[in-house]
Amino acid sequence: MNSVAPFLIFYAGGLLMALLPDAQRRLLALAIPLIGAWNLYGLEAGASATLTLFDHTLVLVQLDRLSELFGYLFHLAAFIGFIYAFTLRDRMQQVAAMLYAGSALGAVFAGDLLTLFVFWELLALTSVFLVLARRTARAFGAAMRYLVIQIGSGVLLLAGALLVIAETGDVTFTAMTLEGLGPWLIFLAIGIKCCFPGLHNWLTDAYPESTPAGTVFLSAFTTKVAVYALARAFPGTELLVYIGATMAMFPIFFAVIENDLRRVLAYSLINQVGFMVVGIGIGTELAINGAVAHAFNDVIFKGLLFMTMGAVLLRTGRMNGSDLGGLYKSMPWTTGFCIVGAASISAFPLFSGFVSKSMVMVAALEAHHEIVWLALLFASAGVFHHAGIKIPYFAFYAHDSGLRCREAPRSMLVAMGLAAALCLFIGSYPWLLYDRLPFPVNYEPYTAAHILTQSQLLFFSALAFVWLNLKGLYPPELPSTNLDVEWSYRRLLPAAAGAVRRVAGSGFGALGEGGQRLVTGGVNGAEGLLLRVGLLGRVWSTRTIALWVLLLLVVYVFLEYL
Amino acid sequence: MTEPEKKHLFDDPRNVRRLMYALYALCGLSLLLDFVIHRHVDHPWEALWGFYCLYGFVACVLLVLVAKEMRKLLMRGEDYYDE
Repeated sequence: MNSVAPFLIFYAGGLLMALLPDAQRRLLALAIPLIGAWNLYGLEAGASATLTLFDHTLVLVQLDRLSELFGYLFHLAAFIGFIYAFTLRDRMQQVAAMLYAGSALGAVFAGDLLTLFVFWELLALTSVFLVLARRTARAFGAAMRYLVIQIGSGVLLLAGALLVIAETGDVTFTAMTLEGLGPWLIFLAIGIKCCFPGLHNWLTDAYPESTPAGTVFLSAFTTKVAVYALARAFPGTELLVYIGATMAMFPIFFAVIENDLRRVLAYSLINQVGFMVVGIGIGTELAINGAVAHAFNDVIFKGLLFMTMGAVLLRTGRMNGSDLGGLYKSMPWTTGFCIVGAASISAFPLFSGFVSKSMVMVAALEAHHEIVWLALLFASAGVFHHAGIKIPYFAFYAHDSGLRCREAPRSMLVAMGLAAALCLFIGSYPWLLYDRLPFPVNYEPYTAAHILTQSQLLFFSALAFVWLNLKGLYPPELPSTNLDVEWSYRRLLPAAAGAVRRVAGSGFGALGEGGQRLVTGGVNGAEGLLLRVGLLGRVWSTRTIALWVLLLLVVYVFLEYL
Repeated sequence: MTEPEKKHLFDDPRNVRRLMYALYALCGLSLLLDFVIHRHVDHPWEALWGFYCLYGFVACVLLVLVAKEMRKLLMRGEDYYDE
């Protein structure tokens, strides 16, 4: 069978969708992931679709077990997402989602660094429209910050890639060690998309500002492309174990006090990616399998949770825990699906998280990372607390907010039902997924000990929630903003820049004409001095200049935005 | 006039209490099973009786208490960035 590059089908579909009227557009949106999956099924292993650029061979499609699994996952996520968005009449959003899914496929099948870079940037450019599609001032601001940070990640990736290519003469995207500037820049670029601690805030800033369907698409692709890239480039890098453990830990504290329930889920997304990053850092076969399996499950159960919250947002127009409650009366199906998603992310036996998260946990103990294991166990209890209990409880139960609305539209229920069925199916019959993991699986999730210990952990976490509530110790949901790293670039930097501008401006003005001439003369003199000393006059290598230009560009873009 | 709404599951406090009792029973049962089931352990801490029960409970209480303290430092008005 003659297969084409997977992204081509999505790009062609997206462009066609831009021209079609509503009724045909949404049908085509459902057909594309199916056609794509059929195409992927016929794709041969190894490199195909190559392109020669100067003396380098670019590999547009490189198929192996790792990229194949992510490929199928993205087709599945797109299919569920477009069922969910079936009633949507927003050309921009639908086309952007299709091109975004195509870019994710382009990135996971990229066989070389330059192709990866191109799709890395296209991911940013296509997905930003999903945030803009909310069409509010807040969403616009969040979208612009998102774009600057995502493009920045791409610029770092390009710089790193060029350095690596200059060093090795090879464009292949493959495993590397953290030595030298090139690999570090690539590491950082992936780290931004992967939400390393401190680089994570774009996600919790932008995702909750998107539309109900937009957030579902966003949660599926960007971070999982980053997890894939990390597994490809840096497996067994010990630093990742500690980065991942931190990612699993810190967001749960923010999630407990966050009021916007989709922002709670965004923090929880980082927490789950933390488990994957730990697995990649450990690097054993069991750990990598665990990381990849958990990425697969996370796309489905996190997508499901975002879908249920999107349905609530669509029907009530509200998303804050402080405004919601009692919706199980109006939206019983959505409530049920939300509980399935909550049980899956919490890793209850028979639900999908149970069969994948534990692989990473066991691998951590096997590699003698005891402290990290304790941290992950803490995070497991914590995730049940904030995603497993808090989300369904404050949206659908808690005190009755008096809100009465209709159940979610049927197409949304179908999408949520499909995702919920998958969570249960993978949870109770994991071998279909296990057989497609990068390495052979010798792991048995359903032992008496595992079922018992996980149940104990979860039941007593629930008991803690009940006890805290009865004692009145549980923090109430409050309308609020919680400061995170974004404060530094949304408040501190603009304030500092403003202050510098004011001081410099008033100082220069106060000098009078003579003083101003003196300053100008001084600057010119300094320039001449620098020339004589040779700092500006010496011959610089193109690579150094390229780096400086790049740096200036980043600073310029940043300042321009401020 | 809207017609009176039908009674829902948790409008009856007895059902809430039943749910609580079910949870307490599950906690008790899982703790007792620790005597019965010989757990395979990868680490000595795991072998301690009731380790997972205690860890789960303490972790969640700590999580919530620390998060509450964080509010004092980090919480601002809803429109903080819009002002």
